[in-house]
Amino acid sequence: MKIPVEYYLWLSLALFCIGVLGVLFRRNAIIVFMCIELMLNAVNVLLVAFSTYLNDAAGQVFVFFIMAVAAAEVAVGLAILVKMHDNTKTVDIDILNRLKW
Amino acid sequence: MTLYLFYFLSFLAILSALMVVFSKNPVHSVLYLIITFFCIFGHYLLMNAQFVAFVHIIVYAGAIMVLFLYVLMLLNLNSESEPHKNNTLKFVAVISACLLMVVLVAALRGTDDKMLQDTGSQIGYVRNLGKVMLTDFLLPFEITSILLLAAMVGAVMIGKKSSNTTTPQ
Repeated sequence: MKIPVEYYLWLSLALFCIGVLGVLFRRNAIIVFMCIELMLNAVNVLLVAFSTYLNDAAGQVFVFFIMAVAAAEVAVGLAILVKMHDNTKTVDIDILNRLKW
Repeated sequence: MTLYLFYFLSFLAILSALMVVFSKNPVHSVLYLIITFFCIFGHYLLMNAQFVAFVHIIVYAGAIMVLFLYVLMLLNLNSESEPHKNNTLKFVAVISACLLMVVLVAALRGTDDKMLQDTGSQIGYVRNLGKVMLTDFLLPFEITSILLLAAMVGAVMIGKKSSNTTTPQ
């Protein structure tokens, strides 16, 4: 394996910026959620890369905890979105921003 | 050989991540995001992080994306129901994302690429990582289970019919 750790830095940076772009660009709340997942994964890649290259297990354990938190977040967030769609019949974040119907 | 595999996986990951943002149909976005996750799985395997790789595939592709797909189909969302943003806001979004990228590139450009070289680390194997997780990180590991239980209870509470709680006794 001869991949410098810098390459993972650039890959993770690109994925994170695409995630930010998606959050700003789309109005569908579910797509915005998916772009947040993309940002979380970009950070995970970087954590695993540094953990491997520095030979320290703590980074990979931390990635495991991030995945558990992401799973919990998605379960609750999607439940809230389904409930909002029941009340407002839309997932457009420009309409959901008033938070009360 | 490993380097070519890295380039291929990175290219595919970034391409499908862009398709997540720009595809009109939300179901296609979910499928492209699954491709991105499989590319990241390949990266984890290249980094010898087998435990994280397989947990990633099980949790993300197996659970989270199925949940997304299920909700999309439950809400009956497709390209026709997709809300349209006006072009000015789209332009501003692209410009701000590019600016963030420029800032991050400028901040990270000076890093010394020869500082860290991979030494064939075996830290990511299930045996080594499991030993660390169940000794040094035992308490956070157990608290994670409580977090997942709380999330499950919370999702059920939110998803419940609210008419039961709002009706007077």
